[in-house]
Amino acid sequence: MSTTMSTRKRTEPNPFRPQQSARGLQRHISNVLAIAFSTLFALFAVAVLIFLIVYILRQGIPFINLDFFTKLPTANGEPGGGMGQSVQGTLILVGLAALFGVPLGLFTAIYLSEFGHGRLANGLRFLVDLLNGVPTIIFGLFAWVLIVIPQQSFSGLAGGAALALIMVPIVARTAEDILRLVPRELREASFALGATEARTILRVVLPAARNGIITGIVLAMARVAGETAPLLMTAFGTTFWNTDITQPMDALPLRIFNFTLSPYQLQINQAYAGSFVLIMLILITSFAVRWFTGGFKRKF
Amino acid sequence: MSISVENVNAWYGKKQALYDVNLAFEPLSVTAMIGPSGCGKSTFIRCLNRMHEEVPDARVTGKVLVDGVDIYARSIKPMYVRQHIGMVFQQPNPLPTRSIFENVALGPRINGQANGSSLKELVEHSLRQAALWDEVKDQLDAPATQLSGGQQQRLCIARAVANQPQILLMDEPCSALDPISTLEIEELIRQLKQAYTIILVTHNMQQAGRVADRTVFFLLGRIIEVGNTSEFFSHPQKKESEDYISGRFG
Repeated sequence: MSTTMSTRKRTEPNPFRPQQSARGLQRHISNVLAIAFSTLFALFAVAVLIFLIVYILRQGIPFINLDFFTKLPTANGEPGGGMGQSVQGTLILVGLAALFGVPLGLFTAIYLSEFGHGRLANGLRFLVDLLNGVPTIIFGLFAWVLIVIPQQSFSGLAGGAALALIMVPIVARTAEDILRLVPRELREASFALGATEARTILRVVLPAARNGIITGIVLAMARVAGETAPLLMTAFGTTFWNTDITQPMDALPLRIFNFTLSPYQLQINQAYAGSFVLIMLILITSFAVRWFTGGFKRKF
Repeated sequence: MSISVENVNAWYGKKQALYDVNLAFEPLSVTAMIGPSGCGKSTFIRCLNRMHEEVPDARVTGKVLVDGVDIYARSIKPMYVRQHIGMVFQQPNPLPTRSIFENVALGPRINGQANGSSLKELVEHSLRQAALWDEVKDQLDAPATQLSGGQQQRLCIARAVANQPQILLMDEPCSALDPISTLEIEELIRQLKQAYTIILVTHNMQQAGRVADRTVFFLLGRIIEVGNTSEFFSHPQKKESEDYISGRFG
């Protein structure tokens, strides 16, 4: 018994050890090259990103202080001052955008995933996808025509509306995908108890999809917080405190855009500080969402 | 409650799944539906509480009479039907974001049957009926997904019972469970029979033999034979039934 085993071992090639042949060697080399190239390019892409972030951190951090958040910009690049009105404006604009954009997007998602069958739904889904691809400046133009021209003034409201319109398709599609992941069995459990569609969605489907939907909403908010182009022709920007949404309003990306083109070194430095704050804002919200929703895990 | 069906046909899109089904169920008894996969037995019981129409493109014709009232009549809402005809599914489907208590309380809450202390009593009563109370009474606030498979299925039975239905539909309730949990559920079915009309779909012929008073044999969307369980298994009238129960096909 044992002798036959040992002879078999010697005669049969081990299937787990590649045979030494020209073709085998060639395959081995191409395999190593493929791994090396994909690793190299991945590292390159990440390196560019890390360089960018480190560069902005190094340029921006020295100019971050309390004044940056609490003071207005000084005139003609005199020392001191900050971007308080930009931070304030960004918070108001993103808040406005969420106020209008989230309900619109969420109800669109509920319609598409729960009720939408047939042509109307497919048409709507196609339009939402199309809106997702429209350059954001077009949304700014839309708000400009609809709000700025009749009002005869740039305004925070117009800026918020433009950002809200950008949020709608993002929220709608991410929320729809999450809602579709909720298993049909859960809906059936609720239907079988005599629940209506509305109650089933409110009490069973939305709670099950809650984490994913919140993640989608916050990522959409982070995305519009960084928008510049649509605000140029709507919120316009200001160097004064303003909480009146019918008046021009500032935003961090707008101020960064303006100060980067400034002839004064101080303002250029503050633009870096603004960029740093914007990146931190987005990083912190992303981490906060992961923290509060327990990562991207789903409970089903 | 008496329930009977007349000329029920059902479709999934263009594919017909049930052909002219006629059947009457006896109140306070267990009726088992048996037959090979795809024979239409699950589709049939989903027609009894209007769950079939929740599948996209699905369609039903014919009458389902509960105490003489056609539940497919235009004036009757499917939600109302499902409040009175409970259902337990093949896979235990407790709601994952809710506690054990909340799972059972869901039906009475959405139908406004009970609240406060009466709701607590109803939940306890339902869990006792489902033989789960002693195992979960100290962890009613724990997530329902912490329970074992057999416990989850008994939780789903408690949830269905909490709605105080007259008829209970069970779609292969034991197929995802181990033998011990299966015996527990079967014992439960025998007890629930005293209060409910139970209609059970099963793949397992021994199970039908153990719990059912009457057995209905489906094949290719048609009823082949209906009979008292003991007679059906000892002296099947039709050749197809005999072939199926003796294991010659299916």
